Amino acid sequence: MPTAIAIETICRRNAADALHDKLFRGVLRVCALLVLAALLGAALSTLWGGREVLFGDGWHFLTSAQWNPVENRYGAWAPIYGTLVTSCIAILIAVPLSFGIALFLTEIAPLWLRTPVATAIELLAAIPSIIYGMWGLFVFVPFMANHIDPLLDSSLGRLPLVGALFRGPPLGLGLLTAGIVLAIMIVPFISSVMREVFQTVPARLKESAYALGSTTWEVVWDIILPYTRQAVIGGIFLGLGRALGETMAVTFVLGNAYDFSTSLLMPGTSISSSIANEFNEAVGLHRSALIALGFLLFVVTFVVLLIARWMLRSLKRKEGNA
Amino acid sequence: MSASVYRRRETKNVVAQILASSAALLALVFLAWILWVTVSRGVHAIGVPLFTRITAYADQGGLANAMVGSLIMDLMAIALCAPVGVLAGAHLAEYARGTRLGETIRFLNDILLSAPSIVLGLFVYVIFVLPMTALTNGTTTFSALAGSIALALIGLPVIVRTTDEMLQLVPSTLREAALSLGIPQWKLTVQVLMRAAGSGILTGVLLALARLAGETAPLLFTAFGNNYMTYSPLAKMASVPAAIYQYTNDPNPAMHAIAWAGALLITLFVLALSLLARALFSRKKTSHD
Repeated sequence: MPTAIAIETICRRNAADALHDKLFRGVLRVCALLVLAALLGAALSTLWGGREVLFGDGWHFLTSAQWNPVENRYGAWAPIYGTLVTSCIAILIAVPLSFGIALFLTEIAPLWLRTPVATAIELLAAIPSIIYGMWGLFVFVPFMANHIDPLLDSSLGRLPLVGALFRGPPLGLGLLTAGIVLAIMIVPFISSVMREVFQTVPARLKESAYALGSTTWEVVWDIILPYTRQAVIGGIFLGLGRALGETMAVTFVLGNAYDFSTSLLMPGTSISSSIANEFNEAVGLHRSALIALGFLLFVVTFVVLLIARWMLRSLKRKEGNA
Repeated sequence: MSASVYRRRETKNVVAQILASSAALLALVFLAWILWVTVSRGVHAIGVPLFTRITAYADQGGLANAMVGSLIMDLMAIALCAPVGVLAGAHLAEYARGTRLGETIRFLNDILLSAPSIVLGLFVYVIFVLPMTALTNGTTTFSALAGSIALALIGLPVIVRTTDEMLQLVPSTLREAALSLGIPQWKLTVQVLMRAAGSGILTGVLLALARLAGETAPLLFTAFGNNYMTYSPLAKMASVPAAIYQYTNDPNPAMHAIAWAGALLITLFVLALSLLARALFSRKKTSHD
């Protein structure tokens, strides 16, 4: 009875295949859930590690500017302030710069030039952040101290009100320098998102505007930008998320000082650089305070990146960097 | 009147184009500046001692143990995150397409992609270094394994995303043909789809390696660092980025020279990897469209 045997074999094989399929599916699902576990774990573990400070001091931890390992008192305001200020400077510089780059790469540059220039600018994102830090400390800080800081001090520093931001000794180190280095680091992220979405604008819209006699600038400002507004904002938030969490580059050029100063030319500290600088010497409550800072950083960047991805969700996704 | 309007629009256009071109030029200038500084300062300290001596010799030494450490930890990290990442990516592309869970994981994976690496370091410190310290009564604290786990968390989202996308690029006729022959879905995924998307998946692994090889922040409090040669995954281990960090903070200029040499090696390695991945990817795209 060859047919009966065959049917029996087929049945057995089908059952085995079904089992294997189920097992395979289970393994795959577990792997995918690990991504969720990593994010959730990062949030919960830093919350747990920083519990003594987060639940012990509560709001006082956020608002106090006193960071004193000797008296074991910790307030996070100085690092929070440094993180926010340097990221704001970075965004203020990087957004117009990235917009210019995207405009150049989509409308102005000759076709043969576009790919090589775009690749080169994306390479800026591949350079490890510690290299930015070394370059910042050994090359850019002296450059700022010798050329930019004195110039700012004698020009913008003389102005009323805003002058206070730009007055100070030419140290080179400081919030402004860190902001500029961060700006260079996030330009490739923002400009590549902008370039990508600018390319999604339907040609007939642009061509209609050109046919009506618009200049290139008018097409970009009145047609392309309104059409892509949402994704452009998403790209900016993506850059902001990067700037907030960046560690090594900032650590080298910020100066690690907890003293408050209105001037952007003075040293400061940031959440990430406080952790990097002090963690290995910290014990007890000090260490707990640093982990609590990590928790704050994670929550803030998570929210910023959530907004970014939400704005960008309609966009076609690109290869693994970005 | 209309002539002046026309002139004003024209001027605005020219100014905007000049500014946009200078923005692109400025970015290229910074790239060239950073690369030039790294190469010109790094080249001087590259020599035989850099590769043969360990960091314990300080300014008379090299980075031999840091290079070995980096190599071990990077490979361990890839060994940890590549299988998990590829399987997770396959889940998103083949099993969870259009489902809510799949969309959520894809969305959160993109967030993990840009999450601050220093927080991932803290995460591994809390869940791995602290328990290890408690379990071994302090004989094992920081370890190469902890460093690799932290690095793996940085590489994971890159691999998940690339695998997911590469599998989605495989034409569905291939799936239908295989399924109509009666092949179970796991065989289809492993033997047909992953083979078809092979070079794309490899691109993802290379990109992940490029990304994690330059990371410093998560290693500081997981692998810590070591001035001697170690091979044990449970020992503190040196790495090139962490050694660069330590040397840069040193006041001795001779140490800075060694740090620049390390920086040059790392930059060359990372840039070569990302260019290689790019080349692989562009070939892949032309062959599959």
